[in-house]
Amino acid sequence: MNASALPGPATNLQTWIAARAKWHPAEIVFWLGCLLPLLPASLLPGFLQKYWIFDSYLQLLSQIAITALFAISLDLILGYAGVVSLGHAAFFGLGAYAAGLIAKFWFTDPLLGLACAALLSGAIGFLASFVVLRFHGLALIMITLGLGQLLAEGANSATWLTGGADGLQGIRAGKIFGTVEFDIFGQTAYIYALMVAFLLFLLSRRITNSPFGLSLQGIRDNSRRMLAIGAPNQWHLRKVFTISAAMAGIAGALLTQTTQTCSLETLTFQRSADVLVILILGGVGRLYGAIAGTIIYMIARDFFSDVNPQFWYFWIGLLLIGVVSYMPNGLLGGLNWLLLKWRRA
Amino acid sequence: MRLFTTTILAASFATALALPAAAQEVRIGIILSYSGQFADTADQMDRAIKLFVKQNGETVAGKKLVFFRKDTGGIAPDVAKRLAQELVVRDKVDILAGFALTPNALAVGDVSAQAKKFMVVMNAATSIITTKSPYMARTSVTTPMLNQTLGSWAAKNGMKRVYTMVSDFGPGHDGEAAFHAGFKAGGGEIIGAARTPVANPDFAPFLQRAKDANPDGMYIWVPGGAMPAAVGKAIVERNIDKNKVKIMGQDELTGENAIKSMGEAAVGIVTVSNYDFNHQSAKNKAFVDSFFKEYGRNPDIFSIGGWDGMHLIYESLKKTGGDTDAQKLIDAAKGMAWESPRGPMSIDPETRDVVQTVYMRRVEKVGDRFLNVEFDKVENVKDPVKEQMKKEGKPMQ
Repeated sequence: MNASALPGPATNLQTWIAARAKWHPAEIVFWLGCLLPLLPASLLPGFLQKYWIFDSYLQLLSQIAITALFAISLDLILGYAGVVSLGHAAFFGLGAYAAGLIAKFWFTDPLLGLACAALLSGAIGFLASFVVLRFHGLALIMITLGLGQLLAEGANSATWLTGGADGLQGIRAGKIFGTVEFDIFGQTAYIYALMVAFLLFLLSRRITNSPFGLSLQGIRDNSRRMLAIGAPNQWHLRKVFTISAAMAGIAGALLTQTTQTCSLETLTFQRSADVLVILILGGVGRLYGAIAGTIIYMIARDFFSDVNPQFWYFWIGLLLIGVVSYMPNGLLGGLNWLLLKWRRA
Repeated sequence: MRLFTTTILAASFATALALPAAAQEVRIGIILSYSGQFADTADQMDRAIKLFVKQNGETVAGKKLVFFRKDTGGIAPDVAKRLAQELVVRDKVDILAGFALTPNALAVGDVSAQAKKFMVVMNAATSIITTKSPYMARTSVTTPMLNQTLGSWAAKNGMKRVYTMVSDFGPGHDGEAAFHAGFKAGGGEIIGAARTPVANPDFAPFLQRAKDANPDGMYIWVPGGAMPAAVGKAIVERNIDKNKVKIMGQDELTGENAIKSMGEAAVGIVTVSNYDFNHQSAKNKAFVDSFFKEYGRNPDIFSIGGWDGMHLIYESLKKTGGDTDAQKLIDAAKGMAWESPRGPMSIDPETRDVVQTVYMRRVEKVGDRFLNVEFDKVENVKDPVKEQMKKEGKPMQ
């Protein structure tokens, strides 16, 4: 968590990395807590049952898990490697359509579909990285934006394949391991999305705490100096861009599989922008920032759009302005700062 | 103290008595895109829904209607489906209604079929939507219903060679296909079919090419918003004589705001529609007046879909005596016919889709206003795509 604390000259580098990668009790509590909503109300003491609402929110929770995974994938390139992208939905949509088309024409096994979607979006991400990573700053933002728009327009034109503006129709629902069906309460969807998101979170955590992850942060903070010490910057960036694209693809595939819907909306600029808002809310450059940002954004959206369906974005905007003005490192960055201050006092 | 206990007892009895009243409710979930690009569509529909409830009372067949409104924020089938599932599972709704956008309606169709809930589509206009659930009915219109009718009307009324120009995306393609089908079946010839970019197109080169092909008529499909005005302007700039080349399109080409911004340029454009606030009937006058009085605006095609959707829900509930079983409700809805502000309409007992009169209108200057004036109509129009499916023996569900 304390990424800013640098190793002293006397510290052994390996012990330092190992110490960084250690699990904090709060993390374990958080992930165990994610299983709580699966608890049926009937198992609780009577007086609590009335207030136990989570089991009817499983659909929302599974979409939160999917969006959090998408946010983590963007955080890997944006927060850790400094590659700003306004077109990350391109890979999300690629995965979504890949999973949808596979389930429509080929086979319905969700896990296999997930793997295919990851391979495809990873491969496209790898190819795109040769173009995208030539650029920096504003040009990079424009290139990613353009890439996203190109793909969205392509999917719109290829009506014969994608169903165009009506969305892809005829996606068959698969059974996980051939036995577990997706139910209307969203129980399967939540367990499935949560498990996949958790495994990929573990992978991301491992990456960011590895020497590779540290060199990415080095490139982010001072790329010339990294070159000077002999780091293959371009290959490091390509690698992480590919991983990030594959993860975004998996998130998209999860959305298709858990909802059996797939539309052009998965490719839109709006989705790319939303995930950026989420990252900025939660805190860029921390995996838990991506998760916290998603939880707050999605719950705020659900809550405010229930209160007033017309103007919920007003409150999100207000929240965003408040966060960026008073907590430049996002909510988690702000909390961390408060914690440090409290410890010193 | 004694008084206090009594009060508590009385209160708890009252609550206990009030509880079964929950069963005396009919819960209706309305899913629309209240925010974002399509918010105005949702607002216009919701206004009609609220007005209907205000005029007809909140109680139907002895049961109180309770509404739950949910926002999809635009085209988002995943969100729409989740909201529908939540409405069914958490809010225990009996009826799903609304749906301005096709992808959202298609996605919720699955929920209606799976959870066995009566569903009323009040706008989304792609033909196949109603095949998604056996408990679904539609009170708006379908794209082919209008455009194919326009095609055959054009062929019947002396046009031989027509050039078509549509926006290059799903709804535009649907309009194009339907018009071509109707026009060709009537013996007409399509001499050119252009597709224009969806965003910020310049219509001048397309119209010039169309004019050079020397057609009898031109069919134009563009989405509402800023585009109809741009088309109108380009038609004037290219010097296309509307007396020689008939300009035809679907209602949105000459929607209220579109005509306002086109002004004189709109005069003579022929459009096909199932409803306009300028439709002349006592029933429509009453509807438009009360709508205008309440909201300071005229109702549009989205409003009429919402209005008749509520009528269908009310009448079906009355017929079942307040029973909300999806099968009973859809059976009650099948074949129901009524006089709407748009004219006579009914629900096709076979396809559960709308059957209605389709009007041909021409933009004319009436006083100091430009209005769509009806001059021809086709009665009892059914969705041509499903009629075709029926002929080919394809299943309806």
